[in-house]
Formats: sequence, structure tokens, C-alpha cells
Amino acid sequence: MITNPASDGGSMTKRDLIDEVIRVYPRFSGRDAEVIVNAVFDSMTEALARGERIEIRGFGSFVVKHRKAREGRNPKTGAIVPVAAKRVPFFKVGKELKLRVDGKGPADPAPSPGDTV
Amino acid sequence: MSDVVESTEKATTMTKADIVERIYEKIGFSKKEASEVVESIFEVIKVKLERGDKVKISGFGNFVVNEKRPRKGRNPQTGEEITITGRKVLTFKASQVLKKTINP
Repeated sequence: MITNPASDGGSMTKRDLIDEVIRVYPRFSGRDAEVIVNAVFDSMTEALARGERIEIRGFGSFVVKHRKAREGRNPKTGAIVPVAAKRVPFFKVGKELKLRVDGKGPADPAPSPGDTV
Repeated sequence: MSDVVESTEKATTMTKADIVERIYEKIGFSKKEASEVVESIFEVIKVKLERGDKVKISGFGNFVVNEKRPRKGRNPQTGEEITITGRKVLTFKASQVLKKTINP
């Protein structure tokens, strides 16, 4: 059902993703598709900003980790500079996607009977 | 890294259903439609990554597939040397915008 026609070149942008939604759902206007795709990532960003984790089945999970304040160094001068505590987003790939990316995914055609796994 | 501590505040988790809810509220399609479109957005991304392509979401971050070469490893239990096969792994690099947003 979902194949990607136009955008080759090895990378997909948010714009390409919006165009793909328009292609798969001709009943949505271009504006709708844009609002939908933006809403997906905006809501994820907001969840992370609230310190929540995000779990997308079959895709992966996002967590916010805390880094303590530490003393850093200016690599040029060697001077000690304070680095403030901060929160860092992390992504952990889900099992299904991990396998698919590695070419072992369930999305592959089913093995014919007699194949050894 | 020792300076990384797993988040302990609020154990709330956002799921696909929450994203669907948000789109439903914002745009007013049926829940079924909203759920279908969210599902297919993630599927489109997965198909791309499966092919080894990059997915760049401005304001959020980039998903990139990296090829790992085989390397020597050791079974920490037995000390036995083993070869870890080459593989493709997915990494996410958060955008500056996302990093700034979660550090107000």
C-alpha cells in the first residue's frame, strides 16, 4: 500500500512525508496533511518537554535523560568552564524496526515452506 | 556514561493513542481515520529506514541508519572471544530545536 515514488536520493524530509500522506489519502487536503504531520511531531515534542516518555509500538521509544552539571574545559585554552545540568532526549529503537532495518524484518516476504530459519 | 541518569520524574508515557487523540481534537476526523493516518505516517518512516535511507524531521530530529562492521567481542560470562557480526542500526539525532524545547 505504501510505496514511495517521488523522493529518492536516500533521504526523506518532513515535506516528503506530508506529500506521501497526501498521496495515500487523496481525500485530505494538502493543508490537512501538513497539520496532521506537524501535530504528530509537535505532540511528541511537547510530551518530552513535560518529561514524559513516548512509546510507539513497532517503532521505538523516546525518553528524557538527565545530565548532571559538570565542569567542562575549553579545549582551546584549557580553562575550566561550568556546564549546566540539562535534559537530553534519547531514542531506543523498537524490536520490529530494529529487525527491519537490519534486513531481518517481518515485512520481508514470508519464507517458503522448507526454508530453514 | 555515568553522568546520565534515567528520568525519574513523572512516569507518564505517551503512546500512539495519545497522538491519535490529539489529531482527532485538532482536526476532527473520525477517530478511526486519525488512527489510520498516524499509523501510516510511522509506516512510511519505517519503510524508508528499512531501505537504509535517512528520515529528517525538521524541528524534531534525524533518523539515520548506520552500518556497523563486524568486530571482535567477548562473552563477558565465559571470557570466550566471539565475532560480532556486521549489522545495520538505527540512530536518532535530536535537533537543536528539540533539545532547546526540553531545556527551557
